[in-house]
Amino acid sequence: MNVIVCVKRVPDTEARIRVDGSGTSIEKSGIKYDMSPYDAFAVEAALRFKESTGTGEVTLLTLGDSSAQETLRKGLAMGADKAVLLDGEVTLDGLATAKALGEELRDADAPLVLFGIKAADDDQQQVGPMVSVLLDRPCVTGVSTFEMSGDTVVCHREIEGGSEVVEVDLPAVLCMTKGPNDPRLAALKGIMAAKRKPLEEKPAIAAEARVRLVSLEEPPQRAAGRIVGEGTDAVPELVRLLREEANAL
Amino acid sequence: MANVLAFAEQRDGQIGSTAREAVGVAASLADSLGEEAHALAFGGVGLSGSAGLLGGFGAAAIAVGEHALLADYNPEAYVDLVAEHVKNGGYSAVVFPASTLGKDLAPRVAAKLDVPLASDATAVSVNEGAISVTRPVFSGKAFARVEIAARPAIVSIRPNVFQPHERSAAGTVSTFSPDVDPSSWRVRVVERRGASGDQLDVTEASIIVSGGRGMKDPDNWTILEELRDAIGPDVALGASRAVVDAGWRPHGEQVGQTGKTVAPKLYVAVGISGAVQHLAGMRTAKTIVAINRDADAPIFGVADYGIVGDLFEIVPKLTEEIAALKQGD
Ligand SMILES: Cc1cc2nc3c(=O)[nH]c(=O)nc-3n(C[C@H](O)[C@H](O)[C@H](O)COP(=O)(O)OP(=O)(O)OC[C@H]3O[C@@H](n4cnc5c(N)ncnc54)[C@H](O)[C@@H]3O)c2cc1C
Ligand SMILES: Nc1ncnc2c1ncn2[C@@H]1O[C@H](COP(=O)(O)O)[C@@H](O)[C@H]1O
Repeated sequence: MNVIVCVKRVPDTEARIRVDGSGTSIEKSGIKYDMSPYDAFAVEAALRFKESTGTGEVTLLTLGDSSAQETLRKGLAMGADKAVLLDGEVTLDGLATAKALGEELRDADAPLVLFGIKAADDDQQQVGPMVSVLLDRPCVTGVSTFEMSGDTVVCHREIEGGSEVVEVDLPAVLCMTKGPNDPRLAALKGIMAAKRKPLEEKPAIAAEARVRLVSLEEPPQRAAGRIVGEGTDAVPELVRLLREEANAL
Repeated sequence: MANVLAFAEQRDGQIGSTAREAVGVAASLADSLGEEAHALAFGGVGLSGSAGLLGGFGAAAIAVGEHALLADYNPEAYVDLVAEHVKNGGYSAVVFPASTLGKDLAPRVAAKLDVPLASDATAVSVNEGAISVTRPVFSGKAFARVEIAARPAIVSIRPNVFQPHERSAAGTVSTFSPDVDPSSWRVRVVERRGASGDQLDVTEASIIVSGGRGMKDPDNWTILEELRDAIGPDVALGASRAVVDAGWRPHGEQVGQTGKTVAPKLYVAVGISGAVQHLAGMRTAKTIVAINRDADAPIFGVADYGIVGDLFEIVPKLTEEIAALKQGD
């Protein structure tokens, strides 16, 4: 069964984020980019699914500029079969992103489309479920693992204070969270092979963005903390501060 | 007149804090827009009894759809019902909680109505009639202020951030019985389990006691459980990724970049170094306490109060002191 995984290129989680002079974008110099962490879990899950069923292709799909080729090559080196880059602007309107991806997914021959639960740059946590509505497909969010069972897919899902086992009809959209299997590292052989795998680049069908960025700000610095003391002797003072100063107990 | 709608989430037939917070935000938006705040809840038969309390937080009208099959959330049923209610009500804005349920539901409703969604807001305001939202981006390393150029403006709000004010008003509750046809559901819950009994989830707790690799062994969590119990109810256990990956704790407890984002009143980090990916999940906690034997651990850089030393000595002493304090209350 063919699987498509939507992946996004985002600043590495270690990156220091600084707002630039414009006040609406970040300093790009010196930032390393990588595949968004949950998307890497989704790629890993797709590859394992392909390995367990022994059939089908894994295709990566992204909306971005041509720098996102690097992210797609990484996924191809992990083992995906091919990739599509939709050249277009990424805005803070998740619905516009969903529409651009949806246009490409609508006629694709892939009963399963995987998303990360959230992209580590804009943290919107919305594109996957939106695409599912646009395609009129059922969608399960927060999936840690899934497997085929007859004609349906059985998903393990995390909810507040517990978990659910959910059955979903195909074709379906799954939004993946961290699973039990860490995303594999690409071996040299995979990196070489990735260079020959098909990577198609084409213009995205742009949708109007109706969320306008007014300003970007760095968070207020937390006031310098205080080391109350060392060892158990400091505990009574900590408790006093928590009660009287912080009002937290 | 257009009004502002709050989606009031229920679990196990109870309207909880996320619903009060959503109503509170809807009410303050409505005040600025010169409109009324309404609330909408779906659940099993009898829910309307507990939904009435939302009036006291500013909901002038509370619509409660009751059906045995709506007791548990299923997106297949909820999305159409909520979207239809929003459309028929001609709302100018809709506020969802950014809880697990809200994060699943709000984007679907937005897509159905063909309007964007500003998710996980930490501040919401009205400027010259336009609704704008402040939301953390880059896992809290920056905040984006965005303006929503569509009606209804759909917003989800980060749990625990907004304090709902009690108002001396009462809301009118109207109960209705929506049509629910499970034969059309393409998503079916086969099984539902509590993580470990019916413990509070990290995203909902007002206090979190969180353990990291410094705890050394999963059996040592008893000292964190004792601390949790001494502090009182409304306290959840959290964990770093290192201990989740080691299989010591369930992923549901993980705080951080690839875990949950929390904003409790108090976060106690025990034996957690404070890697940037951990901070991503908890830096908006109101008060942070760190217990670590390494005075240079980065967690002290964000902690309001720190104790340097061996957690195996400090945590039991802390439990003892807090228990004594609570006894005096
Ligand atoms: C893409 C990505 C995503 C990630 N997502 C997350 C995430 O969601 N959440 C997360 O937590 N991490 C995440 N990480 C991992 C993160 O980088 C760290 O590896 C992790 O947070 C470390 O966990 P820790 O603090 O428990 O362990 P360590 O870094 O090993 O720290 C243990 C601490 O315990 C202290 N200690 C040891 N013994 C004692 C004692 N007896 N008394 C007192 N103190 C003691 C030590 O001084 C040390 O500071 C992610 C990493 C990546 C690359
Ligand atoms: N520009 C994009 N290109 C491809 N996939 C994306 C893009 N933006 C978001 N996604 C997918 O949607 C998921 C959720 O993103 P978000 O709703 O932005 O947090 C991500 O984990 C990706 O799987």
